[in-house]
Amino acid sequence: MYGNTSLTEEEAKRLNLTEEDPIKLAEFEDRITRGEKIEPGDWMPKEYRKQLLRMIEQHAHSEIVGALPEGTWITRAPNFRRKLALIAKVQDEIGHGQLLYSAAETLGKTREQMLEDLLNGKSKYSNVFNYPALTWADVAVIGFLVDGAAIVNQVINSKGSYGPYCRALERICYEESFHLKQGHDNVVYLATGTKHQRAILQDAINRWYRPLLHFFGPPDRNSQHSEKLMKWKVKLASNDDMRNQFLDQYVPKIWELDLTFPDPNLKKNDDGIWEFSDPDWDEFKRVINGGGPCNAERLEVRKYAEEAGRWVRNALMSKNEKYVMPMA
Amino acid sequence: MSSLDPRIKRLDLKKTEEGEVHTNTHLITWEVFHQEKRGKQPMHVGAVHASNPEMALLMAKETFGRRGKTTNLWVVKSSDVYTFPTEDEDMFETTPEKMFRDPAYYKVRDRIEKFQNKQKV
Repeated sequence: MYGNTSLTEEEAKRLNLTEEDPIKLAEFEDRITRGEKIEPGDWMPKEYRKQLLRMIEQHAHSEIVGALPEGTWITRAPNFRRKLALIAKVQDEIGHGQLLYSAAETLGKTREQMLEDLLNGKSKYSNVFNYPALTWADVAVIGFLVDGAAIVNQVINSKGSYGPYCRALERICYEESFHLKQGHDNVVYLATGTKHQRAILQDAINRWYRPLLHFFGPPDRNSQHSEKLMKWKVKLASNDDMRNQFLDQYVPKIWELDLTFPDPNLKKNDDGIWEFSDPDWDEFKRVINGGGPCNAERLEVRKYAEEAGRWVRNALMSKNEKYVMPMA
Repeated sequence: MSSLDPRIKRLDLKKTEEGEVHTNTHLITWEVFHQEKRGKQPMHVGAVHASNPEMALLMAKETFGRRGKTTNLWVVKSSDVYTFPTEDEDMFETTPEKMFRDPAYYKVRDRIEKFQNKQKV
């Protein structure tokens, strides 16, 4: 599971390449143009390293924070089969966090520092996890639609230029295909069930609609995608393109169950582009900046885990152990 | 903290100090190799952090043995793995050109046929 990482205008402006060695830069860009991957030991522009690190780190945080809203429901799963699947899914997400932290570490930041930056607020995680899972139907909608959105994003990013990130994403996408299928199964089960089951499902869809539109980041008109990052294959598709691909794949799968999205303007145009009402981008900003319904709880739980598990780590860690970066 | 999660309500989150991570202590980094089947070679799949080999194997099992077949996993301290610098990649550049090392390079059928035709005359 994963969220968006789009550049703000400010960040795009900061892309300053004048300090880079022009010959090495040209070799680096030629390699990417030829479709070759960049590996940890390779020379890379400072800005490439920085943006990738930020993106992979944010993705890793999203995996471990993303396990929280669903983890809530493990103790209250409606039956044993659903419980087994949910435990497996949540554990997968934590494993994905492990894979991504390793990929990010190859760019030169320790895992401990990344976790510290999550807790002190320096680095973010996907906005979508700042919303609560109120009923069991939320678990179904998260498993189907939030994971569906994440897969759209991750499949695109797995074609990127940085080897360790691509390898991690391939494994993640393979495992997440089960998340999606069990989510769909869960949605279909509720949609074809009792009146009450259909009602809680429709309610969950209504609540997740906006966060799902927010998931891919601000519209292209408000978000500058540096051509450089596209050329370097750090960013591979625009926010609007990914959002459109998501709507195209998933809206029909909700409509065929005779369920709706809370937006009278949601429709596909003849040119294949989906139209929808403005999903309130001010709310998106407000939630990103800490004003969402669960921001405080998510970080409190992480802090608790950090604090409560410290005696174990202290017993295991050696003060003399020098930090070693993962190799690939 | 008011939470929908019954477990979180039980935690008494107020008790925690500043959740600061100790960034100066580290676990050992291990490279992980995954062997899918007997007879296949173990392949590098990623890395884990753990305090000792037993914990590293456990972490590797939970991270890289979650789907499909696994026969065994290997863990090796990352600091014990040595590689060529990536900029020396060009030392292998001419290997594919060394056709005399390739069985497909050796084609004698034409010569045999030519010889046989000559014998018939």
